[in-house]
Amino acid sequence: MPPLLRDALPFLVLAVAPVVATLAGADWLVPVFTRMVVFALAAMALDFILGVGGMVSLGHAAFFAVGGYVVGIGSQHVAESTPTPFGLPGWDDLLISLPLAFTVGVLIALPFGWVSLRTRGAYFIMITLALAQMVYYGLVGLTSYGGDDGISMWWGRNTVAGAALPNRLALHFLCLGLLVAAFVVLKRLCAAPFGRVLDGARQNEARMRALGYRPLPYQIGAFALSGGIVAVAGALMANVDEFVSPGMGHWTISGELLVIVILGGIGSLSGAVWGAVVLLGLEEGLKEITEHWPILLGPLLVVIVLFARGGLTGLLDRLGSRRTQGGDDAGGA
Amino acid sequence: MLLFLEQLLNGVQLSVTLLLMASGLTLVFGIMNLLNLAHGSLFMVGAYVAAWTTGVSGSWLLGLVAGAAAAFVTGIVIELVVMRRLYARDHLDQVLATFGLILFFNELVRLLWGIRPMRLDVPEALGGFVEIVPGAPYPLYRLAVIAAGAAVMLALAWLVQGTRVGMRIRAGSVDREMIGALGVDIGRLYTLVFALGALLAGLAGVLAGPFLAIQSGMGEPILILAFVVVVIGGIGSLKGAVAGSLLVGITDTLGRVYLPKITDAGPALSSMLIFLVMAVVLAVFPTGLYGRKS
Repeated sequence: MPPLLRDALPFLVLAVAPVVATLAGADWLVPVFTRMVVFALAAMALDFILGVGGMVSLGHAAFFAVGGYVVGIGSQHVAESTPTPFGLPGWDDLLISLPLAFTVGVLIALPFGWVSLRTRGAYFIMITLALAQMVYYGLVGLTSYGGDDGISMWWGRNTVAGAALPNRLALHFLCLGLLVAAFVVLKRLCAAPFGRVLDGARQNEARMRALGYRPLPYQIGAFALSGGIVAVAGALMANVDEFVSPGMGHWTISGELLVIVILGGIGSLSGAVWGAVVLLGLEEGLKEITEHWPILLGPLLVVIVLFARGGLTGLLDRLGSRRTQGGDDAGGA
Repeated sequence: MLLFLEQLLNGVQLSVTLLLMASGLTLVFGIMNLLNLAHGSLFMVGAYVAAWTTGVSGSWLLGLVAGAAAAFVTGIVIELVVMRRLYARDHLDQVLATFGLILFFNELVRLLWGIRPMRLDVPEALGGFVEIVPGAPYPLYRLAVIAAGAAVMLALAWLVQGTRVGMRIRAGSVDREMIGALGVDIGRLYTLVFALGALLAGLAGVLAGPFLAIQSGMGEPILILAFVVVVIGGIGSLKGAVAGSLLVGITDTLGRVYLPKITDAGPALSSMLIFLVMAVVLAVFPTGLYGRKS
């Protein structure tokens, strides 16, 4: 399959499927597709540091949850007409909550990245996991924001520039627009000097240093950018579910994001979209078969890891490699 | 002062549970270079089988043996079926495959024993209290757990430092290709080490069972604490696992008792405390207290 089609196809699916569902009178299906978009956004940000930068983070759920809480906390203060801790008024407009989620995500990811990048390999995986657990317990401890139970946004989702979103489809296309924007920006970044240095450091850090680069600021920067984008995804998720809880920061979400990246194929960015569509679709399908669906999904993941290397995009590239010699350089971590 | 002593002992008892978990993790990592997220599932299997066996037979001791044995056998099976295909893979693949195993085991126990948590009571013979200092009764069972954990760790130290198998294990952690070339059957050695780690995890699950609700997913919080221990101590180092588990177990327990008395944010802060400790340790020693310098 030609690379352009490979990249565009999952976006097309996510644009067409909810419209078809709505026309067919099954508009309750729309949030299922919106979830795919949101998880694709978060997974794509993870793929950026994982595939290009070689950083295996098992802690990205922390940023996801933080983004969700930016929306939840802001709108709770608006609904209850109480000032936020620093005396500022609450916020419940996406034009404020999305940039705010991005900023908070970046600000948390900076120190996390700095600490985690003191180490490499398995240490890095475990430390990102532990830091995310810290955030998780921190959120559980927020008793004025529901503690364990989180915030149920019965007052509804955020407005856009003061106007309420007319329906689920509008929210879906807003999310999809952000996903496309993130894809374009990250793809450009990969090709820019910033991305080349990251990629070089993944392949051989010592050589990058010998060339006169200090990889660490690039790596911390990429980690922070990734954290910010994942926080935006979390903020969108809060608007889809109209609910936030510490569960958004549970470590299984971090695991799920990694699964999406691997399933789609590391380092291709569009693979994250493929992965989200297939994994979340698979989950929905298995839920139809049995309530004990993880008992099927678990072994399936093991089989995928053992036998399907390179993920879905790798598979698609191989299908098209008869004409175009060799595929993308999708490296391991 | 009495409260402090009591909580210090509680901290040591948590340390023992963590040490049993962390020693298995660190051995498996040090020798096979395998990052095993499913180690917590073996903890869960041990606790579940012990609770079920004790419930059916009425014998706590039988439960202990059954729980440890079940974890041991489960360890052998997943090593043969899944793990040995992962040794040559990168950590990312290992994380994913073992993540899949967690999903499987968490759902399997729900399928077998239902969603309601099970209980494992303290054995009757150890149900009493002892006065450690006059006027301070302390549960006998908790003391017994500390003693049992210490005994198991001494046995493990003897196995690793004082026997031929242990020599091979240590050699394997230094250079596995070389000991293969010297005629040691690496495949069997790996299975043995993995099963040993599983046995320790199962034992930890049984011993800690009376303090926990035995339910699906119970292994992951303890697994993550064990990761913190391994990272603080240095991956692959048993000495580091001992130091790390004492540091984490005692800090966590004392933090939960004393921080809420100092500040309103205490409950949240005390849950975050050990992760802050870990961040500080890593900022100073990037490969942990006893880790190999890269």
